[in-house]
Amino acid sequence: MRGYFWQLVGISCAIKVLLLPAYYSTDFEVHRNWLAITHSLPLNRWYLDATSEWTLDYPPFFAYFEWLLSQVAKYVDPNMLIVQNLNYASVRTVHFQRISVIIMDLIYMLGVRCCMAALGIVPSTQKHIAGCMLLFLNVGLIFVDHIHFQYNGFLFGILLLSISALLRQRYLWSAFAFAVLLNFKHIFLYMAPAFGVYLLKFYCLAQGNFGQNTLRLLAVGLVPFVLSFGPFWHQLPQLMSRLFPFKRGLTHAYWAPNIWALYNAADKVAVVALKRTTESEATSTTSGLVQEVQHIVLPTITPSITFALTFLFMLPILIKLYMTRSREQARLLFMRAVVLCSCSSFMFGWHVHEKAILMCLIPLCLLALLDRRDARFAYILAVAGYYSLFPLLFEVDLLVPRYSLYMTYMAMMYGQLERVYKCKPNFHLLEWIYFLGFITIPIYEHIVSRLLGLHSLFPFMPLLLTSVYSGLGVLYFYVRYYIYAMDLKWPSFGKRRVTQIKSSATKRKRKTK
Amino acid sequence: MYSEMIAAIFGGLALRSIISMNSYSGFNQAPMFGDYEAQRHWQEVTTNLDVKNWYTNGTHNDLQYWGLDYPPLTAYHSYLTGRVAKLLNYSYVELHTSRGIETKEHKSFMRLTVLAADILIYMPAIIAISVCMDLTFEKNLKHHLLVLLAIYPGQILIDNGHFQYNNISLGFLALAVAALLCNRNNIAALTFTLALNYKQMELYHALPFFAYLLSVCFSQNSLRLFVTKLLMIATTVLATFFILWYPWLSSIDATAQVLYRLFPLGRGVFEDKVANFWCSINVIYKLKKHIVNHEMALICIGTTLLAVLPTNVQLFCRRSKYTFILTLFNTAAAFFLFSFQVHEKSILLILLPSICLFAWWPNEMLWFLKMSVFSMTPLLKKDNLVVPTLALMIIFQLIFMCSYFETNQNIMIRKNWIGLIIKISEILMISILFASLIIEPPARYPDIWPLIISIISCAHIFMFLVWGYVQQFT
Repeated sequence: MRGYFWQLVGISCAIKVLLLPAYYSTDFEVHRNWLAITHSLPLNRWYLDATSEWTLDYPPFFAYFEWLLSQVAKYVDPNMLIVQNLNYASVRTVHFQRISVIIMDLIYMLGVRCCMAALGIVPSTQKHIAGCMLLFLNVGLIFVDHIHFQYNGFLFGILLLSISALLRQRYLWSAFAFAVLLNFKHIFLYMAPAFGVYLLKFYCLAQGNFGQNTLRLLAVGLVPFVLSFGPFWHQLPQLMSRLFPFKRGLTHAYWAPNIWALYNAADKVAVVALKRTTESEATSTTSGLVQEVQHIVLPTITPSITFALTFLFMLPILIKLYMTRSREQARLLFMRAVVLCSCSSFMFGWHVHEKAILMCLIPLCLLALLDRRDARFAYILAVAGYYSLFPLLFEVDLLVPRYSLYMTYMAMMYGQLERVYKCKPNFHLLEWIYFLGFITIPIYEHIVSRLLGLHSLFPFMPLLLTSVYSGLGVLYFYVRYYIYAMDLKWPSFGKRRVTQIKSSATKRKRKTK
Repeated sequence: MYSEMIAAIFGGLALRSIISMNSYSGFNQAPMFGDYEAQRHWQEVTTNLDVKNWYTNGTHNDLQYWGLDYPPLTAYHSYLTGRVAKLLNYSYVELHTSRGIETKEHKSFMRLTVLAADILIYMPAIIAISVCMDLTFEKNLKHHLLVLLAIYPGQILIDNGHFQYNNISLGFLALAVAALLCNRNNIAALTFTLALNYKQMELYHALPFFAYLLSVCFSQNSLRLFVTKLLMIATTVLATFFILWYPWLSSIDATAQVLYRLFPLGRGVFEDKVANFWCSINVIYKLKKHIVNHEMALICIGTTLLAVLPTNVQLFCRRSKYTFILTLFNTAAAFFLFSFQVHEKSILLILLPSICLFAWWPNEMLWFLKMSVFSMTPLLKKDNLVVPTLALMIIFQLIFMCSYFETNQNIMIRKNWIGLIIKISEILMISILFASLIIEPPARYPDIWPLIISIISCAHIFMFLVWGYVQQFT
């Protein structure tokens, strides 16, 4: 069998080129505005300027990156670099920005290649082909980057490069790449615990000389931060307030499919069930604007609660990772820890965006190639996770593309996993029912609600259904995958506590000794 | 594996819906616009006028402005979509005032009607034909055929880009071929009649169907069986025709008017540059100057019949399903080369038989498919679809280079000299294509690039016709 790396690169690029005329979201204007800010304003104004409502709220490396792009952009259409030119979108501007995403995706492809090599997946095997297909033609990235418009592709490329360096035991490179990544987009902080624990255990503690190693690691890790934040040291508080805006609510306008979506929904159900009179009805949680949510029956959640929960739920897998002896086991466990850390933050985090699910989905594409059971779980999350991105693509022209691209990807993923493991993924009947249940949401959204005239009465019902239904799937994945990663058995777990997980894990370790 | 068939179908649909985001023919080109406006205008005419007046000139139906010139099934389809349009927004099909409407919502609506036809007719039809090909010839190629039919760029670009509904007539044709392969002759007759009543261009395929079905009748053991078989098929065809043409059958005049609209002799032997024999001859010998239109039509009919009769007679005498597909290919190619009033889009009619022939001649047919898209590039360039065309061609080519799905390894290995010829021809086409995009034509010959492309394509098709004849008679 031949390897199809370059063919798949070509197909992936061609599909992205086809999407040039597609609808783009306000994120397009966000990035255009950043091009303008970084090009036309002096460095010290970058994080102060508020001409547009879309202020610069990514770390400085991303701002530098936009500045670099603007150096090319001025030859394409100088008008896009004027800060006052709000919502400027000439054809050349659109093509320039879209093509810049496509070109930056080459870094992503490089990352995929390195990561697969580091995992020992030989080119021209079925596994390699499957991996390339799942990652290059990833429908989530197509939705978010190439239709909705963002630059996640190359950021995931850097992440994959960092993971591949870590798997190859080039720990300093890995730490450096990850630090660079954090300075591009700080949301990757969610994964940092997994990297931190692994590096602590297998670099600082494992290779003798603890003090020297730690110093080296810190030095390497801090260089990108100095380079990035250095020029802004005198306005650090201002910068930080831009990077971490806590004025936003618990959930985004469209609820990301996590615990809080279920919590909000439960609150709504409780209100109806208890017929509690609601004076504060004014702030409906799905009304479209970013705002604070008032829970009526259930207690209101504060940011500190979400942080505590996130941290608490990351702990078991981190402890397990720390306890692992053999490097071989730890590599796999590290990948799972990355997924679980991002999934924990996704489940419990404050003001989570639906796009953050990609941080679980992309590493899972790699894990799906390594173990059959991982593949099974990856598929479950993929069904729910990619579906939950649909509200990003709400335009009429995007309805058919979003369903058909999703179905193509899901069918392709199923077929590839079947090929890699030479047997069917073996889903439980209830899981199949859950998968097929997704069909009802579009039926309701496009047919039933129109026929009954419900779409004007409950305009946000389809969104609510989407986030709650996929939220159930993500929750199911999270629980099952966590138990699986902790090496526990699924049915016997029900009543145990987190502490017992720790003890059982250590017990198992003792046995292996 | 079912999952891969599902992926192919939805992948094809995804490409179609993505192409739909691009511009269409006649966008922003008042006063006549293009095929998009033609289709919309037919909705306007059919929803607002009485059935009898659809094909006749009148105060409300100016035939000079995109008068209806497709058979009744197209008219009914326009009526149906027109009714939906009326429900959505009355102004889409309002008489007279709706001309040249170009709002974003209307574009979404029109594009969705094409996608609906894709979903309801084309996709099921291509599943049927790929499965039936597999059942009949046991080549185990249904994935290949399905992917080919689902992602073939020419049809996507014309239907979802340029704007037409070839998917409906091609879908009916595919169903007819599938039914014929599975020995369901009556269903074949019915679906083919539907295809013919959607687009009169399906006449390109009529002779092989006729020859095959007649031959089936003659091969019955007894006279009684022969008569019943013949009657069954004839009744199916005539009844379908009768039902579809019912509103215009009241008088000979009305029927003649429809027929006159369907076969407009007045429009000349060709309009734009097209890759057929007459257009190529025209370079040396100006046909329109020397020969009257009616004489020209007779010449066309004569040469076409001359070119298609041997292959169809052979099919009649030595009927086999393989010969049927080969005849379908030869007849369509001959019609495209020699008949009267050929459009560049008509090359899509050779698409289906050529994809079926892929089972025996993969390299040649892939080459043919790429050449067919090349022959349409002048049209696509006019519609601002160059970038999507190139991207789709890359996807098409690469998917077949990495036919990752179960592949019969040796079919992809190219034989030496054929491989060389194909390579030379592909390089030639690519360089001509890029030259036509980059180099401005000289002022004296503004049509030089379309002409070169047509002549090259014509030479290819001619060669394929000869090749098809050689395959059939050796």
